[in-house]
Amino acid sequence: MIRLKKGLDIKLVGQAARELVDTPLADSYAVNPIDFVGLTPKLLVKVDDEVKAGTPLFFDKYRPQVLFSSPVSGKVKAVNRGEKRKILEVVIEPDSKNEYEVFQTVDLNTASKESVIDQMLASGLWPMIIQRPYGVIADPSKTPDAVFISGFDSAPLAPEMDFVLQNVTEDLKMGMEVMKKLTPGKVHLGVSARQKNPVFDGLQGIDVTTFDGPHPAGNVGVQIHHVAPIGKGNLIWTVDIQNLAIIGRFFRTGRVDMTKIIAVAGSEVEHPRYQKIISGARIDSIVKDNVKQNGKSIRFICGNVLTGTKTTLENHFGFYANQMTLIPEGNHHEFLGWIAPRLNKFSVSHSYFSWLTPNKKYDLDTNLNGGVRALVMSGQYEKVLPMDIYPVYLLKAILAGDIDKMENLGIYEVIEEDLALCEFVCTSKTEVQQIVRKGLDMLMKELN
Amino acid sequence: MKSLRNYIDKIKPNFEKGGKYEKFHSTFDAFETFLYVPDTVTKAGSHIRDVIDLKRTMFVVVVALLPALLFGMYNVGLQHFAAMGVADAGVMQCFWHGFVKVLPIIIVSYVVGLGIEFIFAQIRHHEVNEGFLVSGMLIPLVMPVDVPLWMVALATAFAVIIGKEVFGGTGMNVFNPALLARAFIFFAYTPYISGEKVWISGLSKGEGIVDGFSGATPLTEIANALADKASALSFSSTPIDWFLGTIPGSIGETSFIAIMIGAAILLFTGIASWRIMLSVFAGGYLMGLIFNCIGANIYMDMPAYYHLLLGGFAFGAVFMATDPVTAAQTNTGKIIYGLLIGMFAVLIRVVNPGYPEGMMLSILFMNAMAPLIDHYVVESNIRRRMKRMNVASK
Repeated sequence: MIRLKKGLDIKLVGQAARELVDTPLADSYAVNPIDFVGLTPKLLVKVDDEVKAGTPLFFDKYRPQVLFSSPVSGKVKAVNRGEKRKILEVVIEPDSKNEYEVFQTVDLNTASKESVIDQMLASGLWPMIIQRPYGVIADPSKTPDAVFISGFDSAPLAPEMDFVLQNVTEDLKMGMEVMKKLTPGKVHLGVSARQKNPVFDGLQGIDVTTFDGPHPAGNVGVQIHHVAPIGKGNLIWTVDIQNLAIIGRFFRTGRVDMTKIIAVAGSEVEHPRYQKIISGARIDSIVKDNVKQNGKSIRFICGNVLTGTKTTLENHFGFYANQMTLIPEGNHHEFLGWIAPRLNKFSVSHSYFSWLTPNKKYDLDTNLNGGVRALVMSGQYEKVLPMDIYPVYLLKAILAGDIDKMENLGIYEVIEEDLALCEFVCTSKTEVQQIVRKGLDMLMKELN
Repeated sequence: MKSLRNYIDKIKPNFEKGGKYEKFHSTFDAFETFLYVPDTVTKAGSHIRDVIDLKRTMFVVVVALLPALLFGMYNVGLQHFAAMGVADAGVMQCFWHGFVKVLPIIIVSYVVGLGIEFIFAQIRHHEVNEGFLVSGMLIPLVMPVDVPLWMVALATAFAVIIGKEVFGGTGMNVFNPALLARAFIFFAYTPYISGEKVWISGLSKGEGIVDGFSGATPLTEIANALADKASALSFSSTPIDWFLGTIPGSIGETSFIAIMIGAAILLFTGIASWRIMLSVFAGGYLMGLIFNCIGANIYMDMPAYYHLLLGGFAFGAVFMATDPVTAAQTNTGKIIYGLLIGMFAVLIRVVNPGYPEGMMLSILFMNAMAPLIDHYVVESNIRRRMKRMNVASK
């Protein structure tokens, strides 16, 4: 077992109760090209085309074999574009026919790595495979040193995976077999010491490592760092645990069935709970009638409060997300807030009083709680980053555009989510995750 | 409260781009954010943020300085009346005398420093940084009480412009601004910050002194003893006095106990690094012990712990060395940085008779060395990680 001391569990109001609700079919579903880092999509469908679940909607301009497919059967309703005609959403209006594209099932015992990858590419499930370094969709022509999967999510209000995965054991097992096909190396699974998950009992040929500690212990990047750190030239593939089940399901049934269970959580949710949805569902279909009516303006977050994306009721659920979080917006002034005791606010600093009530759950809003400043304090980031990395030096190397230094200081080991807590604790309100992404993009451009 | 907010919202457009008082945008913003935490919300990434900000941080440091400041004011009066031979001066009388003497120095320091900060913020179109809230309080506390106000103004301007703004403002500076202000006076106007007369209000103007009262700080007494080739050190005060702080010295530096109250606040809130603070004291004590072993003169034979109580050692360790911007940034670096500050401070005191007080120079020197220390700590981290990587990929 690997014990992580550094990190931080931010306790928030609105943890999902362990009850599952089926979400009725939404008015629309969408695949959002902006969910995929650095993707330039090329459309394969036009408005009013009939599609089935698994029909490709668009592909990656630079890697045409990487397809993105519809999660439901129906009709292409709209292609929503933003500035410079950038495609934001490809929207599908579902029909009640519930039709699936039919794919041949492959026998994993005899199939080659290539045929497995081809199958995943054709089904549009390939984008679920993320590569490290860079945190982008994996290059199907490469072979990874290993595959890493995190079996739990330690973020604030995150879904409890023992609940979410309880009925997909077979899918997961199949998914693991698929992963074994992808790498000549090991398939690693990180499990939580705090939250035993019987789903993972009796796995064959998987390297299981137990992690104990606060968030970000559940981040796959942190787990990789402690099991087999990534250096220059290393290639690791990762996959989200629920997406792994979807991949496994596809290999068992030959159908693209993107059903998943998400946590609907946060202080502005009337009944925080788990909901079964199909990936890409319109947000209002998920939270309808479940939002607190107290006149507050609300931040809808697709994902968790640390790394999620800001969304609206009219947008659609993200490809990689496993939770929906609703918290109040903080768009109000606070009189002399920086002198006030602020008993209902959370701080890791003892200059406030939240250390007196370690088990209290907080209802935090989106206020920045201060102005952006140059970095003044030192040693803050290190306390919440369980990696042997000097985060401030890494950020400074990125800001200076010094590729050599970035490499030396460990940029290959991190993506945005791993330093999300640094952003949370920063006294100077630095946009840490944005800087990390900038560095990764710079590196990708320079080296590829 | 509502009406205040409404009023601010009403006048705000005047200070924004295209408004009548556009030139004062940063100044307006500073006052507005002082009164109200802004309504800025996060855009992406971490949607929630810790409530700590730089204002709170600096506020805590100012609070931590208060015990030293209040005692300093009292002590100014105490020393003054002792020098004048007024035996029955009460606590309030002493405090009031000190208050009247010290307040103008504080005001000058803040007005000059903040004025410059506001101007630079406006030129750069930045928000005014809170760093000077602390520097502005530190500067008076490391001054002798009789320092001329124009000199405080000049030193503050020097520290803020040359020490901070030319590097890009708070967070970018290499040297601790408050110490730079003191160093400026120390080198430019040496007689005003050394010797026996300046530490007690009224003495340098030659007001009536009782016979036998010297006004020398314990460190000056040591220097005098060495110069006189005395056979033993003799102090006009005891270690208990040093601990309490009822001795001549810079305004805020005399009371060990008041400084320790501040240290407790800083350490408990986690604002200052315990690594630095502890290692400065450890370094000073260690160096004292080393000199005890050498024992080449009467100063070297002085008990090692005296060094920690005397002069600006404690004040420097608690409030100056721990300045996060100018100190080492890495945890290992902080320990090395602190140890060396403590050791150099005692080294300068004992070995260089020209500078009875070594703390200021020691910290400034280590400010310059801190990036180098960090460089080696980070390099060793890089090597360690490389090694791990090679093992893991095998």
